Amino acid sequence: MNKIIRFIPLVLFIALGVVLYRGLSLNPQELPSALVGKPIPTFSLTQLLKPEVTLTENDLKGDIVLLNVWGTWCVYCKYEHPYLVDIAKSKRVSLYGLNYKDVREDATKWLKDYEDPYVFSIFDPMGKFGIELGVTAAPETFVIDANGIVRMKHVGPIDGKVWQQKFIPMIEKLEQEQGVTP
Amino acid sequence: MRMFTIIVILLLGMIITAFPDKAFATDTYVFDNPVTEIRYKALIKELRCPKCQNQNLADSNAPIAKDLRREVFQLLQEGKADKEIVDFMVARYGEFVLYRPKVSPLTYVLWFGPLVLLLIGIVVLVLIVRKKPTIDRSAKLSSQQKSQLDQILKDK
Repeated sequence: MNKIIRFIPLVLFIALGVVLYRGLSLNPQELPSALVGKPIPTFSLTQLLKPEVTLTENDLKGDIVLLNVWGTWCVYCKYEHPYLVDIAKSKRVSLYGLNYKDVREDATKWLKDYEDPYVFSIFDPMGKFGIELGVTAAPETFVIDANGIVRMKHVGPIDGKVWQQKFIPMIEKLEQEQGVTP
Repeated sequence: MRMFTIIVILLLGMIITAFPDKAFATDTYVFDNPVTEIRYKALIKELRCPKCQNQNLADSNAPIAKDLRREVFQLLQEGKADKEIVDFMVARYGEFVLYRPKVSPLTYVLWFGPLVLLLIGIVVLVLIVRKKPTIDRSAKLSSQQKSQLDQILKDK
């Protein structure tokens, strides 16, 4: 009995060590989104390139949707831009932009200077819709299913690795779901 | 003399940082009554900035913290109750935004962990104290040990 007791501190130490070691590899910015499993919040904002067009949440429904939060002030948005262009060209998903806390002229020029990967961009200069989505900064990308339910949120830029490891499995899952219930 | 200046500057810096209320960037919100202002200040102290994770909304200068302060202000102006405002934030940013998270199965460890550890400590302490080995007072010295002891005492 006494011998077992003597080992308890060692066991506790190892358990603590494992917990803390695991903590080292966790990304503290990766918060569980409060929105996953819920429908897209309602909004009514103009289209970035066509200020006369008003968009609502219904414009984002009907397909597997990627909603990418971006801004010209955001350095990593430039980094992920080529990957977004590739994703848009693959036609596997519908890629929409949420132009977050930006100036319309700057954003329009940005899309002209580089390449516009988005079907359209929602213009959210005050970040109001951003708050509804729980956006903390750009870039962030939401995966929304055909019923308009948010299924996944990715914080930070998309690149080849993130796309393969995080997005492809989710998109395959959604494609399967859609195959079952067309 | 230069040393003196440096010390004064350092001391001033310490004094300023010791009063974070004075140090943070203030938005110029005008409140129609002082109670609302007190509620506003309490709320932005209780709510955590989702981006700069070890600061509350009051301390942080991140753009999102600024936006959320504006949101809190607007919700207060709309006459929302404190609980409604907190629920609004939780619905969008998750439980994470609360510096005092709600008691739920997910936060049991957080809330009751310290108490459990304290209880374990007390139990262990009691066990150790009660198990203290009793000294055998009946033990007698042999005649040889007695004379040895006498010798030592005499030498002193």
